[in-house]
Amino acid sequence: MLSLESITKTIQDWLFAKFTPQIALTIECVIVILLCITLFAVLGLVLVLLERKVAARIQIRLGPNRVGPGGIFQTAADTLKLIMKEGLTPDAADKFLFNLAPFVVMMVAMLLLAPIAFAKNFQIWDINIGVLYVSSISSLSVIGILMAGWASNNKYSLLGAMRSGAQIVSYELSAGFAVLTIVVLTGSLQISEIVASQENGWWLFKGHIPVIIAFVLYIIAVTAETNRAPFDLAEAESELTAGFHTEYSGMKFALFFLAEYINIFIVCAIGATLFLGGWMPLHIGHWKDFNHIMDYIPSSVWFMGKTFFLIFLIMWFRWTFPRLRVDQLLNLEWKYLLPISLFNLLLVTVIAIMGWHF
Amino acid sequence: MFLKDYISDVYNGVTSLLKGMRKTGYYFTHSKEIITEQYPDNRATLKLADRFKGEVVMPHDQNNEHTCTGCTACELACPNGTIKIITKFDITPEGKKKKAIDAFIYRLEMCTLCNLCIVACPSDAIIMAPNFEHSVFDRSKLTKVLNKPGSKIKEGIE
Repeated sequence: MLSLESITKTIQDWLFAKFTPQIALTIECVIVILLCITLFAVLGLVLVLLERKVAARIQIRLGPNRVGPGGIFQTAADTLKLIMKEGLTPDAADKFLFNLAPFVVMMVAMLLLAPIAFAKNFQIWDINIGVLYVSSISSLSVIGILMAGWASNNKYSLLGAMRSGAQIVSYELSAGFAVLTIVVLTGSLQISEIVASQENGWWLFKGHIPVIIAFVLYIIAVTAETNRAPFDLAEAESELTAGFHTEYSGMKFALFFLAEYINIFIVCAIGATLFLGGWMPLHIGHWKDFNHIMDYIPSSVWFMGKTFFLIFLIMWFRWTFPRLRVDQLLNLEWKYLLPISLFNLLLVTVIAIMGWHF
Repeated sequence: MFLKDYISDVYNGVTSLLKGMRKTGYYFTHSKEIITEQYPDNRATLKLADRFKGEVVMPHDQNNEHTCTGCTACELACPNGTIKIITKFDITPEGKKKKAIDAFIYRLEMCTLCNLCIVACPSDAIIMAPNFEHSVFDRSKLTKVLNKPGSKIKEGIE
């Protein structure tokens, strides 16, 4: 059966047979980089279009429908426009930081791609601290945002960046606790092991109510961490024009925009991996026949399906809920999410120790 | 007691959010709810709301008769001086003089579509029509005479 696993194996065998190990490894790295960049470009185009279509349907509109059949080339046309626009740098801006910030944000998004398992044995870097790596790198994105806000020398940008900083720092906690519940149940930080532990059922179903609560908390926390509505105070249009990227234009703006959507993809991929079994097909306990039928669907399809389901969920939130105020935002985190996730973690620990989960 | 309030807070918050999501989810899955009109493409089948106010028109029946008595109530009601009624005197078959309109002049460029003239009219001679394609190349084309040439007042309207 043709799978991503066999393709990568064939390429690797061929490369190592043809070249010395060093050169083969270099070529592999180049291939991976190219694949990553391609994935970024495609994801950016697809997710922006998806967002606009979902938004339109939820608001009883049609959405983009002029460029190409059903508007599918709309985002390609937008990208073309952004490429041709002038990338303006304000006179009073800190030029170096101003130009560096979009790349920092982008680089963080790229680094996060490393430990994600896209399909069975199809992973860039299967480190043994995968989950820790993800949570530590994702908190770096606040540096890029603060950098952009500070360097723009614009009060809206600075306010947006500061709000974003406060938000990411506080919501990191409950996202971390939600991730920890799965780590407690699995006993491993390695992504491949977490996926493998869900072979007889996803954690969402195996872990009783505490894991469902953890899943909800995770979705809320990552919505806040990616600065999306209802937690989009960092770029609240009505108050701060566009927040930290007010002064950006052309391709530099496009990088921020792209990074935002890539981050959504990544947090949803992590969520799918932790709670919905990543590339693992839907298996139910010892139903051998059922499990066998489910295995016929390729693992990459499972992974993408789950990830896009979560992405849709987050888009659904965005177009349903009104934006929170800053004090409400911090109240929600420190008075509700954090105590609940602490208590929940305790419950999960008890479940894991007593072995009550399936 | 505190814990009870806390839990009911969380519960109410979650349920109200779910209620909202249910509504938007319904809209997402039901494409028949879409209200967008693809305007230039569907000009022939365009449906406008009944209340849509585009311009003032005077309806005429098949005998080219309207119900305007020329009382100038609309002219007096108009805050902008949009309407100007020029009256004349018809001679009835009995030889009496009867007041009638010569020209109902309506200046669309001055009209704010406030509907006061329609409300003021005692004989419902004018209505708001759902026309919105008003662009013309010359401003004078926006000054319209609403009564059709040769039209007269309907029998029995005083």
